[in-house]
Amino acid sequence: MAELGAPGSRLLVVDDNKVNRLLLTRSLELQGHRVATAENGRVALEMMRKDPFDLVLLDMEMPEMDGFQVLEQIFKDPVLRGLPVIVTSSLEGVDSVVRCVELGAEDYLPKPVNPVLLKARIGASLEKKRLQDQLKEMVRRFATPEVAQDLQTSGFALGGKRVYASVMFSDIRGFTPLVESQPPEETIDLLNTYYTLMFDAISSHGGVVNQMIGDGLMAIFGAPLPLPDHEACAVRAALEMIELVGMFNAERAAAGKPEIRIGIGIASGEMVAGYAGTSKRATYTCIGDTVNLAARLETHTKTAGRAILVDGATRAKLPERVAIEALGPVEIKGKANAVDVFSVNLGQSA
Amino acid sequence: MTQATIDQTTFNELKATAGADFVSELVGTFLAEAPAMLADLRSALAAGDADRFRRAAHSLKSNSNTFGALTLGALAKNLELTGIAPAAAAKGATLDSLDAEYARVATALKELARG
Repeated sequence: MAELGAPGSRLLVVDDNKVNRLLLTRSLELQGHRVATAENGRVALEMMRKDPFDLVLLDMEMPEMDGFQVLEQIFKDPVLRGLPVIVTSSLEGVDSVVRCVELGAEDYLPKPVNPVLLKARIGASLEKKRLQDQLKEMVRRFATPEVAQDLQTSGFALGGKRVYASVMFSDIRGFTPLVESQPPEETIDLLNTYYTLMFDAISSHGGVVNQMIGDGLMAIFGAPLPLPDHEACAVRAALEMIELVGMFNAERAAAGKPEIRIGIGIASGEMVAGYAGTSKRATYTCIGDTVNLAARLETHTKTAGRAILVDGATRAKLPERVAIEALGPVEIKGKANAVDVFSVNLGQSA
Repeated sequence: MTQATIDQTTFNELKATAGADFVSELVGTFLAEAPAMLADLRSALAAGDADRFRRAAHSLKSNSNTFGALTLGALAKNLELTGIAPAAAAKGATLDSLDAEYARVATALKELARG
């Protein structure tokens, strides 16, 4: 708690009046902050978009672009949105103060600014920002930039929509015996490296990892944001995953550790996508036959002895140069009719 | 009842929190900037520019209060609130008294900044 608003916080003072700028800067520097200044709203926004700030002290009456317009712009900007703004002004009338708060200002300090109040409000705002940053960091780590962005703009609205997308399931073959044969630290270490590699491969092809369960993961291509050629993107990601696991195995072999193998199933089609859960805890997910089919295809890789299996809808959208082998109709649990299954052969690029 | 040109309590508090040397510099900045604000009020009035008039009055009010120039601050606040609209002739007279009060404030602040 002693670290609140501690040195190292970068603040931006926005005021068209030189005396006010100098005085606020002085007060803040005496409190151990690093301070930059802007003399109107337009310059301030340019600075905020260029450098990250922890907090902004904003005057309202300014030429070119006034404080109200700055607040509006910050609120509209998904990157700047979380930035705390304390309005420091000598505005006349309660209406103006209310308007600032409605536009998202964190707090209001009348001028001349009392240094003790200033210190307290800044400490509180920075602490709040720190907690929000932690939350954002968690969202970022467990979701993707697309999902995090979608969450911010939708405000975690629960609900779904129909999308046409590709779903991927992947897991490590024979993982349970591997876990039992090695110390737990090594298992977590293995999973961390494995997930890092898989996330890289999936997100570099536009996919979104939305679930991790043990050694398995689920990824969506084409939602929440539309992705052209999501079928080919998913297959390309799968091929890259296999390639990365191959490299990882070479490292493990050199260290005298057993290889790992993964199986991947991909299916494409219509599904319902959205946030499912409660307003306190929700995950972005997809539901529907296509999703079930992708999961079954992944399971079937064991029986088929193949690394990547896809359904007919995915196969139909792949470029000619991808070597595909038709494995014929396969009985899939939960499906009345046998499903055409295709194996994507390795050692080529999609 | 007459108010002191500069409220001592406000000015001393400012010195205590920001440092005497800094406040001397700040007074210098104010004295350099204020004539432009006063000129701005007159030219905005002449040009009928209500926004510029309000902003200039607002800045002058804000700075006056910072140094404890409460009378000057009150005059400026009155201009900010009434704006440009009421009779221009009356406004001219108000601006004259504003200039006179500023002259007193400038003298007093120079004195205080030296002390």
